[in-house]
Amino acid sequence: MAGVYGATGLFVAIVAGLFVELYAGSSTSIHAFGLTFLASSRWNPVTGQFGALPMIYGTVVSSAIAIVLAGFVGVFGAAYLVEFAPRVIAAPLAFLIELLAAVPSVIFGLWGLFVLAPILRVHVDPFLQAKFGFLPIFQGYIFGNSLFTAGIVLAIMIVPTVSAITRDVIAAVAREHREASMALGATRWETMAKVILPGATTGIFGACVLALGRALGETIATTMVIGNKPAIAASLFQPSYTLASVIANEFTEATSDLYVSALIELGLLLFVVSLAVNGFARVLTWTVLRPARAR
Amino acid sequence: MASTELPFGRRPLTAHLRWRYGWSAAGVIGSGFCAGLSASLLLLILGYVAVQGIAALNPAFLTQVPRPVGFPGGGVANGIAGTFIVVGIAVALATPVGVFTGIYLALFGRGKFADTVRFLADVLSGIPSIAIGLFAYTLFVQPLHHFSALSASLAFAILMLPLIIRTAEESIARVPTRVREGALALGISTYSSTIHIIVPAARAGIITGLLLAVARVTGETAPLLFTAFGSPLWELNPANPMAVLALQVFNYAISPYEEWHRQAWAGAFLLIVAVLILNVSARLVLRNRFET
Amino acid sequence: MKRVNVIGAALVLFALVIAPALAATKLTGAGSSFVFPYFNTAFYTYNSAHKDVTVNYQPIGSGGGIQQFTQRIVDFGASDVPMNADEIKRLPAPAVQIPIALGGVAVTYNLPNFIKGGLKLTRETLVDIYLGKVTKWNDGRLTKINPGAELPDLPIVVVHRSDASGTSYIFTDFLSHVSAEWKSKVGTGKAVEWPAPSAVGGKGNDGVAGAVRQTPGSIGYVELAYVHENHMTQAQLQNAAGRYAFCTGRGVAAAAATKPNLSPTDFSIVDTKGETAWPIAGYTWAFMYREYQKPEEKARARVVHDVLEWTATAGQQIAGTLDYVPLPDNVQEVAKKTLAEVRI
Repeated sequence: MAGVYGATGLFVAIVAGLFVELYAGSSTSIHAFGLTFLASSRWNPVTGQFGALPMIYGTVVSSAIAIVLAGFVGVFGAAYLVEFAPRVIAAPLAFLIELLAAVPSVIFGLWGLFVLAPILRVHVDPFLQAKFGFLPIFQGYIFGNSLFTAGIVLAIMIVPTVSAITRDVIAAVAREHREASMALGATRWETMAKVILPGATTGIFGACVLALGRALGETIATTMVIGNKPAIAASLFQPSYTLASVIANEFTEATSDLYVSALIELGLLLFVVSLAVNGFARVLTWTVLRPARAR
Repeated sequence: MASTELPFGRRPLTAHLRWRYGWSAAGVIGSGFCAGLSASLLLLILGYVAVQGIAALNPAFLTQVPRPVGFPGGGVANGIAGTFIVVGIAVALATPVGVFTGIYLALFGRGKFADTVRFLADVLSGIPSIAIGLFAYTLFVQPLHHFSALSASLAFAILMLPLIIRTAEESIARVPTRVREGALALGISTYSSTIHIIVPAARAGIITGLLLAVARVTGETAPLLFTAFGSPLWELNPANPMAVLALQVFNYAISPYEEWHRQAWAGAFLLIVAVLILNVSARLVLRNRFET
Repeated sequence: MKRVNVIGAALVLFALVIAPALAATKLTGAGSSFVFPYFNTAFYTYNSAHKDVTVNYQPIGSGGGIQQFTQRIVDFGASDVPMNADEIKRLPAPAVQIPIALGGVAVTYNLPNFIKGGLKLTRETLVDIYLGKVTKWNDGRLTKINPGAELPDLPIVVVHRSDASGTSYIFTDFLSHVSAEWKSKVGTGKAVEWPAPSAVGGKGNDGVAGAVRQTPGSIGYVELAYVHENHMTQAQLQNAAGRYAFCTGRGVAAAAATKPNLSPTDFSIVDTKGETAWPIAGYTWAFMYREYQKPEEKARARVVHDVLEWTATAGQQIAGTLDYVPLPDNVQEVAKKTLAEVRI
């Protein structure tokens, strides 16, 4: 039993240690900028003015796009693989999806830059702009390296997490529920949508939260396709910037105390964003999903 | 009107029923499309990687250490060995901590503290890998004035923890209560029943989490910059800087030289194939022991 | 039987692990990624001649190199910009800095229609493009310099390096020299706040190259080696003497020749006066500590000294084959003289 409590304690110590290190490292920057760090849009290493607002925006929006797309595709794909797919193709398809997790992020970045971005810029984005151009998010000049491209690359990266965990969760829904539903005359899809998925909701939610975490902290793949522009724009087709990208881009070159400290503060901010997103997800679970939690 | 043959006899095929069957078919096809889309994405990317790197994949690539630009041959053998060592040690470090924490959350945790631990596991998954690499650097590299593969393993282990903890918790919690109660009814101690009965019953989910975590970590580069550091030499001692394949791929990919680009793609292809083999063997080993 | 096998396996494993440790001197260096390919080849060549010396150099970035050197975790560092006063103050002991590599930065662009002879740019137009003052390709200023070329009515997408890098430093140094407005508004740095409204940042040379290649109507700057090795379209830039030229090794060498008294405090060779000088060029610097008093450090320091000296002098012959520009003779002398100041 000591092992169980010891391991948990060690885990908490590690997270606490991380937070302490991030906080200690950002102290110079926190003292210098205070809360204006969160409101300022300037990122100027030459004059030493740093502000994180556009990066917070970019991180949140790119991760939101990613989890919406990956959540949808991942959950329904997993449902298919567990319930509807013929045995012969279920296993290979499942493998292929899980293997996506093994692709190094730099490869995702390069593939996104050389293959995906041109396709989006030439075919997909203009189509979206033509059909849905009344929405501000689809207006404006279309850049290949944009928030939209980054969101899609992130979505592809986190689909395996959503899919693999959801598959386990769906498979674990008790057989009796399925059979009872079928016995009542429900069609296959109705069984899935009304019985199985609601029963697996907390697990699916957990999978999405983990996947979202990965999207928030992704550095290299994002920075290669997002355009790296510290500016907030309504359009998804404009370049943007994420917290993790700035750190990846500038940390190895920063030498002044304030600069390094500002970059570490971005890391701390990411910790806080992750906290906030997870807190929000928790609240969502308690209010919306708890009634559906029939465990 | 038309009727449909069902196991319990004929039944009139009303418009409403047709509509429901229609929706069902749409749902099945739609979700099939989603699954197919995800799988084909991997094939697309893998295909692109293979096409770019195929020219560089040869026996020399797998058995030699890197050579500079302009010297024919050369490979990533030291990176392959390094990946095994770094990821292997990371798994050894992360699995006990992760699984035991998952056990705690699923079986023994109560109230605020357990909730906080769960929350922290989710928050940790959002921290960029470069920050975790820095943490390992501050703990291990700076005081010792020495880069090492061990510090990289530490960083990787921390990266793996959220996935392992959460999937372990989920799978253990899903073990039916009657199994737990049966074990206790037989008079086995709590600890014994946990380790010897409940965890094996939850093995499938735990392995899934572990494989996902390993796959993810095998492709990580950022934490390696300040921990394993990299090396052009053959190195097996975890206390020294070591080459790791993902880092080599990264350095080659961002260089100006065509032959290094090809080696980067070939290396990436190797990485994906290695994880494929790991996944396949892990599932095969487990197939005889349980059924989903 | 089983036990013997296990012991045997353990012994073999032990031997394999220890074996590399028996090799003589293993040096570590870190820093600039620009110089990495050259160092890689140079140290490999040095090792063929001196079997007992291996150098492990990793391109973790100039700033990273300075950080690790300050922490004394690596034996030497390399940076595209010499350490400034603040960084020197943070060192535990004084260090020497020597020039160790020379390279140029070229301008690349992507226009849908082919321009005979390559696009021509004056220094001022290039600055104005990066300032965001010239926003379209068919702007009067550009058509004036390129008569006869069909410049399209496309917006100019300005691509820059998103990651802090020596290449950006050299480029912004050049822009600051040419335009007082750039100097006051933006300044020189490895990472700056790019003022153009249509600015896009690409990570690394390949990020910039990729962005330029995918975006019609874009312009960017990349290392000379990158432009050559990847057959990118270069623009002709007018130098201070009024001549238009592409970026070549000779142009960079001519720029270097205008500053024979190179030093870590006076190292800029952008926008120089030479007739054939290429305006955007710069050195990479290597550094080691000035004094090594502890007996256990001395042998190692001597090897570091010899390796760095060879790399800055005899090794430069290799540089040309990799699309670097060999250090001019007088600069090699500067390196040798500075290294002679190291007291071991």
